[in-house]
Amino acid sequence: MNFPLITTSRWDVEDGHTLEGYLRTGGYQGLRRALEMAPDQVHEEVKKASLLGRGGAGFPAGIKWGFLPPDVWPRYLVVNGDESEPGTYKDRILIERDPHQLIEGCVIACFALGLSQCFLYVRGEMAHGQERIASALNEAYEHGYAGRSILGTEFSVDVVLHWGAGAYIVGEETALIESLEGNRGMPRLKPPYFPASIGLYGKPTIVNNVETLSNIPWIIEHGGDAFAEIGAEKSTGTRIFAVSGHVKNPGVFEVEFGITTFRDLIMGEDYAGGIRDGNALKAFIPGGASAPWFFEEHLDTPLEKTIVDNQGSMLGSGAIVVMDETTDIVKACHNVVRFFSRESCGKCTPCREGTNWLEKILDRILNGHGRPEDIDLLLDVCDNISPGITWPPKQTTICPLGPSAVSPISSALQRYRSEFEAYIALNRATPVTVEGRTV
Amino acid sequence: MSRLNEENLRLARQILSLYPKKKSAMIPLLHLSQEQNGMVTNEAMEHIAELVEVTPAEVLGTCSFYEMFKRHPVGEYQINICHGISCHLLGAEEVLDHAEESLGVREGEITKDGKFSFEGVECIAACTEAPCLQVNYRYINKVNLDAFDELITDLRDDQKAEIPKHGTLAKTRQKIPSEKLAGPSGVEDATPPEWLQRNKESQ
Repeated sequence: MNFPLITTSRWDVEDGHTLEGYLRTGGYQGLRRALEMAPDQVHEEVKKASLLGRGGAGFPAGIKWGFLPPDVWPRYLVVNGDESEPGTYKDRILIERDPHQLIEGCVIACFALGLSQCFLYVRGEMAHGQERIASALNEAYEHGYAGRSILGTEFSVDVVLHWGAGAYIVGEETALIESLEGNRGMPRLKPPYFPASIGLYGKPTIVNNVETLSNIPWIIEHGGDAFAEIGAEKSTGTRIFAVSGHVKNPGVFEVEFGITTFRDLIMGEDYAGGIRDGNALKAFIPGGASAPWFFEEHLDTPLEKTIVDNQGSMLGSGAIVVMDETTDIVKACHNVVRFFSRESCGKCTPCREGTNWLEKILDRILNGHGRPEDIDLLLDVCDNISPGITWPPKQTTICPLGPSAVSPISSALQRYRSEFEAYIALNRATPVTVEGRTV
Repeated sequence: MSRLNEENLRLARQILSLYPKKKSAMIPLLHLSQEQNGMVTNEAMEHIAELVEVTPAEVLGTCSFYEMFKRHPVGEYQINICHGISCHLLGAEEVLDHAEESLGVREGEITKDGKFSFEGVECIAACTEAPCLQVNYRYINKVNLDAFDELITDLRDDQKAEIPKHGTLAKTRQKIPSEKLAGPSGVEDATPPEWLQRNKESQ
């Protein structure tokens, strides 16, 4: 492990969440440096760092920033802290244990982007995180790290904390903007593909993830080149991964991006420590519930964006969920599909109806009323949501939520079709009546 | 008493002042009313509609989209048991079954003494601590069935001071003193921020 901790360095510092603890451990140095530079130079450093977005899609942050049309104001920065992809657990810790780092990242970004209002959208269920970031913001305003005349300069920006209220879809950036405008959190029709030109209140808007912005202070303090030297050529810096499920030591780890392998993280003594009880690995989800599953043969794949993309899945939001040999694959598949079915916002028909039917068919299979044709039926519904069931998925919907429900089904059927067939063979053959209908 | 009380109305006006458009304050104000009443009532939605200058139907439209807003009473302690994939793999279903048995109510129902209600919820971002749950949005990690019973006993005796009543989210709020506020520019104000202009001049 020959790399500096960039985003998690204060997680073990007891008062790292306070201004005092933050300053003692080198905080707000990036902001001081940024204010000695021109906004364009700050943007240039972020481009040099090749920082990939850490929210799920992995789009380069510096390039995204460049999509802002020049000379159009007002413009806004919106921070996506609505972490809710199943298996994902990093933004909440960044908010709770190092809120000033996030605030510093936001303020530097606002300087680089030439704007004066930032909205920090934090998931409503994170009450403790809300308290921590509110306290930190109050300290930052009091001591001149946010608000009017930052660090005694002309630079002024408001960072406003906004509460979410429980909806996974709001993690999609145009849905986040809708929610911030006080509406139902439903994604907007594309194009435009990025809200950089038409975003919040129809104005240019950049939406960045919490972890993405938490990298900014380090990048500006140490330089974009220093950041790009860490990790792989295209997956630079470090990344935070949460390893959960059937492992000995579930945990959240910052690792060198693009270099560390799944085997290191899942089996390594310094990390998750291997499968529990000496069991064998059955499958693992490499990047959150939306990602197609990986198996034993993928363990030596490095955690590098392009390589994982080419192997038919994604690193997504840095969530690795491990399933051992005791896992009932049909139940696990049903669990993930149910998630997407419940969280579908209902705007696009293939997703609203499709995910719902997928859940119902899997319910039926699990309850012992599966029919032999149900496996083909599942795949047919999947094909209607995401034609061809390819990776990356084709979409008949505005956002990727619907196609995400296809991932667990295609993965589970590809490797463990016999488990579905075994459930179907249990068919009790007795007609059952539900709500007056025979099913 | 479902409209915002005087103190909360003052808070509501402060919240409204932070947004370029009033409707953006809708979700924070719904939280505020839920904090006051433990749920979101029709009267509260009508009051919010007045404050953000939309119809009550639009407030209902937003309110009904988000899971945290309860338009019906819930227990004093609302227990959200995570059944996301990581918790599922480590026994969330057993915790849910056990909750039903030990509380004597089904998902979504309230115990006779009004103390408890529970439901299965999607991932709450504590996956390495599975199975986990939240009581009024405060985390309880690595729950087994015994730990669940202990928790219920403690809550029944009000032995968990750190858990506030349902509806209370953050006990600390963001407070921006007016002299520190950079000041929201209007949505139609197309001039670049003053600091940026001066920064360019000084370069």
